[in-house]
Amino acid sequence: MHLQRVVVTGMGAISPLGNGVKELWSGLVAGRSGLSRMEGLEGVKGLRPRIAGRVPEFNAKAIPRKARRTMSNLSIFAALAALEAIEQAGLDEATLTGGRTGLSVGSTTGSSQALEQFFKLYLPENSLEAIRGTEFFKIMNHSAAANLAQFLNLSGRVVAASAACSTGCLNIGLAAEAIAIGKQDAMLCGGTDELHPLTVGTFDIIEAASISGSDDPAKASCPFDAKRDGIVCSEGAGILLLESYDHAKARGAGILAEITGFSSLCDSSNMASPSAEAINRCMAEALKDAEISESEIDYVNAHATGTLQGDASEAQAVADLLGNTAPVSSLKGHLGHTMAASGAIETIATIRMMQESTVIPTANLTSPAAECAVLNNVLHLQERPITYALKNNFALGGINTSLVLRRA
Amino acid sequence: MTDAEIIERINSALAEEFELELGELVPEAIFKDDLDLDSLDAVDMVIVLEQEFGIKIKKDEAFKAISTLGDLHKFILTKKDEAA
Repeated sequence: MHLQRVVVTGMGAISPLGNGVKELWSGLVAGRSGLSRMEGLEGVKGLRPRIAGRVPEFNAKAIPRKARRTMSNLSIFAALAALEAIEQAGLDEATLTGGRTGLSVGSTTGSSQALEQFFKLYLPENSLEAIRGTEFFKIMNHSAAANLAQFLNLSGRVVAASAACSTGCLNIGLAAEAIAIGKQDAMLCGGTDELHPLTVGTFDIIEAASISGSDDPAKASCPFDAKRDGIVCSEGAGILLLESYDHAKARGAGILAEITGFSSLCDSSNMASPSAEAINRCMAEALKDAEISESEIDYVNAHATGTLQGDASEAQAVADLLGNTAPVSSLKGHLGHTMAASGAIETIATIRMMQESTVIPTANLTSPAAECAVLNNVLHLQERPITYALKNNFALGGINTSLVLRRA
Repeated sequence: MTDAEIIERINSALAEEFELELGELVPEAIFKDDLDLDSLDAVDMVIVLEQEFGIKIKKDEAFKAISTLGDLHKFILTKKDEAA
């Protein structure tokens, strides 16, 4: 049900390629890598990966202390990205705080760093005496959404969907639906995550993390390539400001893109291994929601994280549904997997591709694996108009999401 | 440690924790109105001061009655005396 058209009027990103959408885009165009050797991984017994994507220095003090005291890095990243999105959209204070602007933002978990700190203090003597009052607000599962809403003085709807690696796309989709059915005029939405050795450990334990790249960190993440060996974990935040088309037009806002389709379906065949059939269903449902045919998709921004099975399933699903005409690329070669932020950061990058009629290739993809060669893989920067793009995001737990974006 | 040294340590700890300027930390300063510190900050202030001076403050009814920085100075000085 689409009572309202939903458009994007603001975007903000904090990523391993830097602070802001401009840094993200220039890094992607230049083929820069956001990956490096991560301190602290060596000291964890049994942990094999050494490479990760960290957010370079950022200005946390742009957020006043009183708002920042309950924020861990994941909320700080989201707040900085939100400020950028609001500034680009030119949204005034009254509209932001008036109750018709809401928020839908999630992270994979609450702050792992704060959780570690809590148990470091709690466990040695089974004591709560040294636990600060601000600590729980970093740990709770809706920490990013709550901190962002308090910081921005929102009084509209606040949603904090958390679905691991699908979190970014899921929150964008839910935000778009809230606007489409008229519940809110505008929504800030996206995902955020901060990196902790345990994040990397989670994927290493289930044999899904890359253990390569020690000699050249930039080459650790290789989506769709024959030499891919798993996920390289990263951190960051992507926040978009969505509005109804009428609301954006009425206030004279610049429209960056339109969200015309969304689907979230569950793959209940396996907790950790995605099936091509379920991915196919999810993408098909998003196209149906957008009321377009398969042949109208000009570009697919893949979830492709560099795992053996995930990339193969997505490649097969995309080829089965769309054939091999539309170019397909994954940005995780540059960025690694920014977890809950990935859907949002990559959606922002896809919108920039539409604006610039430029397709960013999959970094480190030199020899597509046979099972992934069924796609029109993008190996080099291409100039190409994109009217419709499909953005995929899939998560542990079988939570699949797809968005359809249309050029403004 | 002299009383002046203790007061200096209290002020330094608060300035660092709550990102305040030392110049703001005058005895007459009211935590809520002048320093913009609220009940959540009070919880963390207890932890900071307990760690700074190795004393117990939590659940002390006298702490709850404090409203100015001068009150806090007196409270900690008394606590330090009791501990000595």
